[in-house]
Amino acid sequence: MKDPITPNQHEETTVQFTGAEILIKCLHAENVKYVFGYPGGAVLNIYDAIYQQDKFEHILVRHEQAALHAADAYSRSTGEVGVALVTSGPGATNAVTGIATAYMDSIPMVVISGQVPTYAIGEDAFQECDTVGITRPCVKHNFLIKDINDIAPVMKKAFHVAATGRPGPVLVDIPKDITATLNRFEYPQKVEMRSYNPIIKGHAGQIKKALKLLAEAKRPMIYTGGGVVLGNASAELTQFIQSMGFPTTSTLMGLGGYPSTDKQSLGMLGMHGTYEANMAMQECDVLLAVGARFDDRVIGNPEHFLSRPRTIIHIDIDPSSISKRVKIDVPIVGDVKSVLTDLNALIKEEKPAQNTAALADWMKQIEAWRGKRFSDFALDDKLIKPQQVIKTLYEVTKGEAFITSDVGQHQMWAAQYYPFDKPRRWINSGGLGTMGVGLPYAMGVQLAHPEAQVACITGEASIQMCIQELSTCKQYNLPIKVITLNNRYMGMVRQWQEFFYENRYSESYMNALPDFIKLAEAYGHVGMRITDPADVEDALKEAFSPKLKDRMVFMDFITDQTENVFPMVPNGKGLSEMITGKNG
Amino acid sequence: MRHIISILMENEPGALSRVAGLFSARGYNIESLTVATTEDPTLSRMTIVTSGNDAIIEQIIKQLNKLIDVVKVLDLNDGKHIERELMLIKVKASNTYRDEMKRMCDIFRGRIIDVTDGSFTIELTGSGHKLDAFIESLDKSAILETVRTGASGIGRGDRILKL
Repeated sequence: MKDPITPNQHEETTVQFTGAEILIKCLHAENVKYVFGYPGGAVLNIYDAIYQQDKFEHILVRHEQAALHAADAYSRSTGEVGVALVTSGPGATNAVTGIATAYMDSIPMVVISGQVPTYAIGEDAFQECDTVGITRPCVKHNFLIKDINDIAPVMKKAFHVAATGRPGPVLVDIPKDITATLNRFEYPQKVEMRSYNPIIKGHAGQIKKALKLLAEAKRPMIYTGGGVVLGNASAELTQFIQSMGFPTTSTLMGLGGYPSTDKQSLGMLGMHGTYEANMAMQECDVLLAVGARFDDRVIGNPEHFLSRPRTIIHIDIDPSSISKRVKIDVPIVGDVKSVLTDLNALIKEEKPAQNTAALADWMKQIEAWRGKRFSDFALDDKLIKPQQVIKTLYEVTKGEAFITSDVGQHQMWAAQYYPFDKPRRWINSGGLGTMGVGLPYAMGVQLAHPEAQVACITGEASIQMCIQELSTCKQYNLPIKVITLNNRYMGMVRQWQEFFYENRYSESYMNALPDFIKLAEAYGHVGMRITDPADVEDALKEAFSPKLKDRMVFMDFITDQTENVFPMVPNGKGLSEMITGKNG
Repeated sequence: MRHIISILMENEPGALSRVAGLFSARGYNIESLTVATTEDPTLSRMTIVTSGNDAIIEQIIKQLNKLIDVVKVLDLNDGKHIERELMLIKVKASNTYRDEMKRMCDIFRGRIIDVTDGSFTIELTGSGHKLDAFIESLDKSAILETVRTGASGIGRGDRILKL
């Protein structure tokens, strides 16, 4: 039986709409607030329908890649499904980098792409490409709509699949003729798919076993990942860690899932993780991984990692993440929020006795590692240290800003020197490592949080990969602060060339840089160049002052070219085989 | 180790390429792959013969289950099962070969399904090993053409892969 229908709903089921209008109504039904996109031939009908509605705002980017990144960041910072709309052929291929970026970090998105009319598919028509085929390896799922009756059910499925289980991007490819065909509109109330039923609740027996192992541990360690942020499980995680009194570390993607400034937090682990986090990972006897996937940048060489005996418990919603790179002793498949809730309840119920003496010794050992302070840096009175900029940014914004970053040294310094106490504040491309995401990410975040301070930490190489979006920022008055750490090099490439290629800096020098001040001004923004370490604080204060609250400020910090990111676990090495740099 | 994996999946366009794409993207082996619609026209049944150590096979099963179109996956090697493959083989059957070919066909319980002056086309069903053995036992120069379907497999007795 259907729900009793109101006159309005009745009208919607008898009146005929075009496919384009139906598509828009589906987006309305999903309460979409922003659609990021770029028009073109195959989506003209859809854009005509957008013109005649005002329930969501369309954000016109300058390149489809940016539409995807902005929708992705909108999702990362809110938890809602991001929506992007592109045309066929080049519109879709331009979107691929953005789709793959979201896929690698499990970001829920619905991407709508136009397609040539059904009768022209396969004939090498103008702006035709096999979008479903091209995107297949980098989407959670995709659909090609060939029947007007399928629009509403497919859109319902697309949002459902994108947002549930391990989230991910879903692409819906719609041929132009379908968007012009007439049909009734009825949005399905719910969706049932016999082939897709993610496991939410963790196995009670496994949870019990895990708690027993953790309570008896002498050197326990918790390692959390992006799953905690995606699964909105911060509160549950924090309660669990604090009630157990265990040390915890986070991957790049999980930062903010547990307050980074808390003493139980050892900061980030991995290739550029803290000494204490990496050593504790290596030396612990019971490891609990929560929504993390033991990837190569996190645990280094898996054989080296497994050379120390330890028991590993792994909570993850995706069964294929378990025992993929490292054999897991106690797998718990389920939603991290649900499993942690069950764990917390079990702690209250059982009040398990802990090995407090051993735990105290372990914490003492960790404090000794922490005391080595390998990631400290020395200020210079002539050259701006990149770390100094991030640290000052943290102070000026009181740690409350949303930070997006591009990919490279600046990204690692941002992760190291801007501790996040809340989830969804740190927006960057972890898995795919896509240079160019920073600025469009900041657009998505600023639109989602119009009153918040949003800073894009970037480098002079990364920022140029989507620099055209300065125009979009002007059109929508997005007062983003771009913090460019300009060392005239692709810094991370240069660092690897210095360490592993005997200083042969092949093609990593950024020659012929534009004058970023003039460039920012040409786009209608405020430009600043900062060359003196003594000016860093004042410049940042000015950029974040009420006077410039409504303006985009492009800050070009000319930094020390020789600075490297430490500690560093070289590629293929073990976590405890860090290069510790000048302080080591 | 060789594994034979059965998959029940939505009979949707593109479903086959999702599976094939998964194997190539993650570097898994495919020895053979067969697919056809089941008695329920909304479902397809696929049989994949692959190889790998236990960790790889575990990942293959998990990754297959992760595909949205895949309804159920079964590693037939986890229990007793039967597998069969069909081969159509065209061989020379001129005067000197004719009796010999007929005899070989009978020994392997094949059926001659097409006859010309100079050739037989033989239909042979069995395990992959049996089909290999048949080819091995023929004079190579007598083989004109072979077509093999790849293995199909099914669990024995109560082992049923169904919705």
